[in-house]
Amino acid sequence: MNTIILRLIAERLGVMLVTLVIVSFTVFAATQLLPGDVAQILLGQAATPEAVAGLREAMGLNEPAIPRYFNWLIGLTQGDFGLSYVTREPIADLIAGRLQNTLRLAAITTLISVPLALSLGILAALYQGTKFDRVVSTATVMIISVPEFMVATLAVLIFAVYLKWLPALSYANEVTSLWQLLKTFAMPVITLTFVIAAQMIRMSRAAVIETLNTPYCEMALLKGASRRRTVLIHALPNALGPIANAVALSLSYLLGGVIIVETIFNYPGIAKLMVDAVATRDLPLVQSCAMIFCFGYLMLIMLADIISILSNPRLRT
Amino acid sequence: MTAVTNFIARKSGYNINLVGLCSATVILFWAIVALIAPMITPYPVGEIVDWDYFGPSSSAFWLGSDYLGRDVLSRILMGARFTVGISLGAVTLACFIGVTLGMLAAVIGGLFDQVLSRFLDAFNSIPSKLFGLVVVAAVGSSVPVLILTLTAIYAPGSYRFARALAVNINTMDFVTVARARGEGTLYLIKEEILPNIIGPVLADFGLRFVFIVLLLSGLSFLGLGVLPPNADWGALVKENISGLPFAAPAVIYPSFAIASLTISVNMMIDNLPKKIRDRED
Repeated sequence: MNTIILRLIAERLGVMLVTLVIVSFTVFAATQLLPGDVAQILLGQAATPEAVAGLREAMGLNEPAIPRYFNWLIGLTQGDFGLSYVTREPIADLIAGRLQNTLRLAAITTLISVPLALSLGILAALYQGTKFDRVVSTATVMIISVPEFMVATLAVLIFAVYLKWLPALSYANEVTSLWQLLKTFAMPVITLTFVIAAQMIRMSRAAVIETLNTPYCEMALLKGASRRRTVLIHALPNALGPIANAVALSLSYLLGGVIIVETIFNYPGIAKLMVDAVATRDLPLVQSCAMIFCFGYLMLIMLADIISILSNPRLRT
Repeated sequence: MTAVTNFIARKSGYNINLVGLCSATVILFWAIVALIAPMITPYPVGEIVDWDYFGPSSSAFWLGSDYLGRDVLSRILMGARFTVGISLGAVTLACFIGVTLGMLAAVIGGLFDQVLSRFLDAFNSIPSKLFGLVVVAAVGSSVPVLILTLTAIYAPGSYRFARALAVNINTMDFVTVARARGEGTLYLIKEEILPNIIGPVLADFGLRFVFIVLLLSGLSFLGLGVLPPNADWGALVKENISGLPFAAPAVIYPSFAIASLTISVNMMIDNLPKKIRDRED
């Protein structure tokens, strides 16, 4: 660790903080665009003007937007997300359990998809141009070019409708055995793995192939090293940085995937909570979920940045 | 088929391969469908015409019927209007704004460039689906809102791409010469920079179109995009998702429509026609 690296990392952290503030401002501003009065919408058409005025007062809506933004931001940093418009419960309580479920789903998907994707990506680079490489590359392009819900519906068609191995769209609430646990997670995890792995395979294949095009790899080839030796011994160690970067970036695709997957499989995670909150226009809940997601996303992007900084040998003096 | 590609090569001077030709045909097909949809739908789009729901493909209903007994083929043909129309509108706006600002930033440079780049980079790091969800939660969903939201999401990326290209061109001698001649900024970006970056910019346009189709379908699938009684392809999948456990055609074909369009655009970009005289052999 030297000062250049530390400075670069500190710079990334600073950029992330600034971005987070801009994101929070955008999220807050977007929710202020709501045409009409929030209190009026909550109480419905039949509400008396006195009731609306009272609710406005109680919700602090009479204050100007800027102080409300800062109050909200300060609350966020202290873990106080406010109250849901719809259920009147503290949002922190609503989110806690759901967040755990989503993290569990993400963790299982990561554990399965990372080894799978890396081995396929490196193998495809090793056998570049062969039939195996072409099959893998075409399949990944196909998966990347279709929406996540199509991957999910195809997975249901294959595993639930034709093969009948798994239940289609149900989520079992009481999990009593390991088998049931597997069944519950199987479909969401399979779908997410496809979406994430496709990205990761493409990026890791590209990273290895790019390293193979460097002069020292050509040198290894010229002195008679086999393709396998060139890839595994010469190219791979230097491609590790870009590959780790690719893994972190691909994991940020979990976010888009998880929104669709939790909705389609009725999985009680935080993304489903957010989609439902959008449908009921529960703005504080939407804001909180959006901030949590953005935070996770920015963390992964920053992790990818830091990995690529650390893996750059030119900075290691 | 090779006869066709050879014919095109001889007539136009462009060499296109088979994959490129097929994907171009699919794209052209959906573009025409989007234009003339109301004239070719076999049944009225919103009307219940089949007694059965989730009916199978038959000679009367080529792609079966949906969850209410409406004709799936008619709905997909009309859906093309929304999917292709909204996406095309959004991608055109996004690329126009992004590329113009990107070239301006490269030519003007200095503080203008720095402030704009920092701001748009921060904006770019908001996950796209999330931004869509927040906007829809705040202002509700309608076609203009969707187009503007998708534009706002994808313009920063286009800016970044165009700026990176334009910065390279900006250092070329002919730009310096034009500047020394006393040409204005508008002339510089229009006559000197744009013609030299138009190729990659068009490829980026295509890729961005795919992203937008995917995001729009995703939003509609969540029930937050195009709203009933209208339906784009994502909304069609959503309405008929209850037919999934028995593999109803109504849920499968709209997905295929999306896939055929997005995969074709991707393949088309990878197999863009080359001018024959540019080839060495």
